[in-house]
Amino acid sequence: MGIEQKLGDMGVVTMTLEKAVGWARSNALWPMLFGLACCAIEMMSTQASRYDLSRFGMELMRASPRQSDLMIVAGRVSRKMAPVLRNLYDQMPEPKWVIAMGDCASCGGVFNNYAVVQGVDEIVPVDVYIAGCPPRPETLIDGILKLQDKIKKEPLKKWA
Amino acid sequence: MMDQTQLSVEESAHNLEKHADVQLDITVEQLKKLVSPRAFTGETMLLNMGPQHPSTHGVLRLLLELDGETVVSCIPDIGFLHTGIEKTHEGKTYLKGLPLTDRTDYLAPMINNLAYCGAIEKLCEIDVPLRAQYLRVILAELTRMNSHLVWLGTHALDIGAMSVFLYCMRERELLLDVFESVSGARMMSSYFRPGGLWRDVPDVFFDLVRKVMDVFPGRIIEYERLLKENPIWRERTVGIGVIGKADAIAWGMTGPSLRGSGVNYDIRKAFPYSSYDHFDFSVPLGTKGDVYDRYRCRLDEFTQSLKIIKQALDRLPPGPVITDDRKFAPPPKHEIAYSMESLIHHFKLWTEGFRGPNADVYFAVESGKGEYGVYIHGDGGPKPRRVPFRAPSLCNLQALPQMSDGALIADLVGIIGSVDIVLGEVDR
Repeated sequence: MGIEQKLGDMGVVTMTLEKAVGWARSNALWPMLFGLACCAIEMMSTQASRYDLSRFGMELMRASPRQSDLMIVAGRVSRKMAPVLRNLYDQMPEPKWVIAMGDCASCGGVFNNYAVVQGVDEIVPVDVYIAGCPPRPETLIDGILKLQDKIKKEPLKKWA
Repeated sequence: MMDQTQLSVEESAHNLEKHADVQLDITVEQLKKLVSPRAFTGETMLLNMGPQHPSTHGVLRLLLELDGETVVSCIPDIGFLHTGIEKTHEGKTYLKGLPLTDRTDYLAPMINNLAYCGAIEKLCEIDVPLRAQYLRVILAELTRMNSHLVWLGTHALDIGAMSVFLYCMRERELLLDVFESVSGARMMSSYFRPGGLWRDVPDVFFDLVRKVMDVFPGRIIEYERLLKENPIWRERTVGIGVIGKADAIAWGMTGPSLRGSGVNYDIRKAFPYSSYDHFDFSVPLGTKGDVYDRYRCRLDEFTQSLKIIKQALDRLPPGPVITDDRKFAPPPKHEIAYSMESLIHHFKLWTEGFRGPNADVYFAVESGKGEYGVYIHGDGGPKPRRVPFRAPSLCNLQALPQMSDGALIADLVGIIGSVDIVLGEVDR
């Protein structure tokens, strides 16, 4: 640093633009209100009374993909749902991130059959995978915190 | 740094083509059969609701024909959560199929387990010890309360009462604590086994259930205070989505959605299973069959569930919790150490699984939504040939177009909520 001493107590902090943007982005995630199956119920629990996701500044669930920048794929993605899910992803404005919540969204889970997409990463790029069937709310919170760490370290040019 | 394994946006879009063989759009010819001719002259408007809509309780898609704000026709499009559970059952042994049933109606996993285990017990003629039956009743009733809590929370949220949701989820955590204490999982418990239960309940189970019993009566009063006489709630629910007795039966509706219309049909009373006939409880009934009556029925069921749990807890007999028929239930661990026969039974159960007879059975239970039935078509081997489910949500959903006929689009959200569908069960 160094410049702080010269500037005294003027209330100035120096950092790279990249860091500042990353910090701002990571703490203002707006997840999409989008549930598919069982994991959506645990996602609801995470937002509700005991676990209270708003402690981390990310309870602002938006029902419209155009207002959100985080897609939590909560549940199994059927082949009929896959094009819809991709459509929703394409409608989200950049920068955007995806969390695959639960085993089904990560890898197909217990359903290795004709109907279920074997991992949502086949159709959208996934940033964080959360294991569990369904994951406990603590696990989801941990996954979101991991994503925040990842966003803080992202280079600016990734979304430029 | 970007993950090396992560697909780029373009790559994943390309991958989508593999899955895009499902026909999503309907042709004009098909559409003509579904909507009124006025839609083609521009008099009415076609509106797509869902599958990503917060008030459709999952991934239900509705194609609506609207005249101003009035619903002219409502065409549900299901299958967005089709998971192939019935087909997957064909490749699994009877025991290994059990965890799949949790994931049909994921709000009432224990009741699904009970239906599936009950069907196997009927097929293979397995006797269930009384203690296991009573514990099953306790857990099934707790599951019913769990299912109703999520229904009440989301239904109220749809109509605009946010605080009810937060209260309901608070109480739901108490129930999930009970499920976690017995099975280790909050939601997908898979605790029941053909012939009984996986293991006896731990001591902490009784403390947790008593806590539920102590806390709940006050909380039910709290829910009633929030909604029962609330003028906005009554305005949005009384006289909305009416379905008469005869229509409700004709559509095959069951559960609280049917009882809201005043039909006294409850599987627990009509065809008692798991010793439900040992307990004294009543079946709440509605009169008009509107959204409000269905709400009243479900809310009154909380009290009845508590009543059943109290009786079962007080009269819970001691004894084993799983059948001692070694052909179907594994021997206790200590027996394997000295008994060759037990070792063989254990080995056979975990490698091949037990064989069911070449026969068909149907076993139905009263889930939170209605008659949840499991039909097993055994072929004499360790795997069933076919396991279709009778999903109450699917049958209840069929009546939605009739209920919403002539309703305002704002009320449609309330009507969907009052039918209490779970798409995991509708699509399976």
